[in-house]
Amino acid sequence: MTQPMVSLSGLYKIFGPRDMEVLHHVQNGMGKEELLAQHGHVLGLNNINVDMQAGEITVVMGLSGSGKSTLIRHLNRLIEPTAGEIIVQGEDVMQLSEDGLRHARQEKMSMVFQKFALLPHKTVLKNAGMPLSVRGEDEVTCDREAAKWLNRVGLTGFENHYPAQLSGGMQQRVGIARALTANTPIMLMDEAFSALDPLIRTDMQDLLLELQKELHKTIIFITHDLDEALKLADHLVILKDGFVVQQGEPQHILLNPNDPYIEDFVSDINRARVLRVRSIMTPLVDGKVPEDAHGEVDVNDTLESMIARSGGDTSHAYIVKDGEQTVGTLDMTELVRALVPRVASEAGARQS
Amino acid sequence: MAFYDKLFSAMGLSDWCGTSDDKAPLSLADLAAQAGGAEDAGPVFPIPSFDNLHESCNRVWQSRDVTNGIEDGFLAAKPALKAVLDPITQPLSWVLDGALWLFEATPWFIMVPLLVAISWYASRSRPVTIFVAVAIMLLAVVDHYDVAMQTLSIIFVCTTISVLFGVPIGIAMSKSDRLQKSVVPLLDLLQTLPTFVYLIPLIFLFSVTESKLYGIAIILYAIVPVIRLTDLGIRLVDSDVIEAANAFGMNDRQKLIRVQLPLALPNIMAGINQTIMMSLAMVVIASLVSAPGLGVNVLRGIRNLELGVGIVAGIGIVLLAVILDRVSKAALTRVDKTQVKH
Repeated sequence: MTQPMVSLSGLYKIFGPRDMEVLHHVQNGMGKEELLAQHGHVLGLNNINVDMQAGEITVVMGLSGSGKSTLIRHLNRLIEPTAGEIIVQGEDVMQLSEDGLRHARQEKMSMVFQKFALLPHKTVLKNAGMPLSVRGEDEVTCDREAAKWLNRVGLTGFENHYPAQLSGGMQQRVGIARALTANTPIMLMDEAFSALDPLIRTDMQDLLLELQKELHKTIIFITHDLDEALKLADHLVILKDGFVVQQGEPQHILLNPNDPYIEDFVSDINRARVLRVRSIMTPLVDGKVPEDAHGEVDVNDTLESMIARSGGDTSHAYIVKDGEQTVGTLDMTELVRALVPRVASEAGARQS
Repeated sequence: MAFYDKLFSAMGLSDWCGTSDDKAPLSLADLAAQAGGAEDAGPVFPIPSFDNLHESCNRVWQSRDVTNGIEDGFLAAKPALKAVLDPITQPLSWVLDGALWLFEATPWFIMVPLLVAISWYASRSRPVTIFVAVAIMLLAVVDHYDVAMQTLSIIFVCTTISVLFGVPIGIAMSKSDRLQKSVVPLLDLLQTLPTFVYLIPLIFLFSVTESKLYGIAIILYAIVPVIRLTDLGIRLVDSDVIEAANAFGMNDRQKLIRVQLPLALPNIMAGINQTIMMSLAMVVIASLVSAPGLGVNVLRGIRNLELGVGIVAGIGIVLLAVILDRVSKAALTRVDKTQVKH
């Protein structure tokens, strides 16, 4: 495995004046509520170990108060950790000088904010060009790059508007254009779409995926919305009370939740839309292909499209292809079984 | 026999106090008693003031020693203070005199259109500009043009200096909670001290004929709001925007110039508006210490009971106040409009 783009190890954050003194309590297993009750300190992050791979979207999901926004602010040290290591591109962020840190923020990591955080007194063009002008680029370059990325996010024609004249969705497009203009390998997105209404949010998610297909940035995306997380994530990290409950491939988490907390989460999901053939197929063992197959399907097809294709007939079976290669078989009966969440199936078993 | 005699003897301090009939200076009450011939009985239980205690014990101060002490202390410090402050503040005299000369020397047919043009540039408001033109001409027809210009020149200089010093002080306060905690009481003092009280120590320090005397008094009084509102404005800047500035790697200078000052500008402008109004209020009082302008006529009205003179000058001050207020407010609204909050 190649070196991860961002690597967090043993990361702790405790909010309060004596964070270093109470750290050992947390390391010895004291929970968030106990710490608050006994020492008056708030536990933000508890022993976080996450690797984020280059070119992937790592989604950190959790409910409010789970520490996800705290986590993302550690990557560029907007918040200082109490203990732990933050390695970005092989470089220890904690060892950076003030100048070095500023340089890293300018050249390595750009950020998109939940509340957009645009400069209200600057035009859209100047807002998008801000990261370059901070670096000291000349105005022509800033404007050219800004216009290019504004065009890419679909805001051509709005260059000379002020942020307040735009809708929320458009303001966040400016926010994304600003992060893209910075042309950094890493993009931090802090609940970037949470303030938008559902339709616009879907648009923005599609825009992000489309951009990602071209740009292959390392994106760290924070959200409290599981649908959004499953749609975007290559790697999903689920946080609760400051510690990582489960992390891994989203399909895997969905099919094998290892914690009641996550089971609760995933039980409300439209599984047919999220799960893909590759997660539930029977891998090819000895090159044997069933003779009664009704056709070939791609590994990345969703179960929803499979149901549509089979017309709901559970007796069908398909050959699964990854490109040209046959990789497995899919039985529609398996597919239907996979649609039932584990909690619900157990509940059903108990009743019978 | 005074009320507190027993107290001092009970404490065994009679010897230390000495006898009560020596040549110590008499208090006002004593003088009154002597004049009246008979000793005033006084209240049964007098308040334990210095003067009352002094009657029983000569070692205790009298109240006038306190005021004398302040005066002596100030006089003792005066040469040193003067040696430092005189050269530092000398440029203020030059600037005030220069501005006064400039405003008076410029012929009215240049000055009036210039003022109207400035009003238009600052406010971009037709009604305000027309009002300014009419008000100045009104002052001119009653032959108050010259004094109004004198007042205006003083306000111009003092406001400019207040802004030049006040904004940086406000910025520094917004950066440091400790500085803010130590400066705020001083600002409270400057704002609440009766305006006449400013003048007393200044008269001791500087000669009444020097223009910096009133200049300092006006600036001390008028600088407060611009400091306060600069501090407040910068502290109120949306923390999300500051976070974004940090996240994109702005240094402190870039943050100040590109984010904090522009976003604090409406508050700073409100502070400048208040500073202008307060220097106008003070410039009238400063006519007591030879500040020229409309205030002199008001003073003449009071001294000689010339009702008409006083009232015309008073209305002139009102007109000037409305001009300055409307123009600076209109400029403020214009700045506000470019920053519509969502």
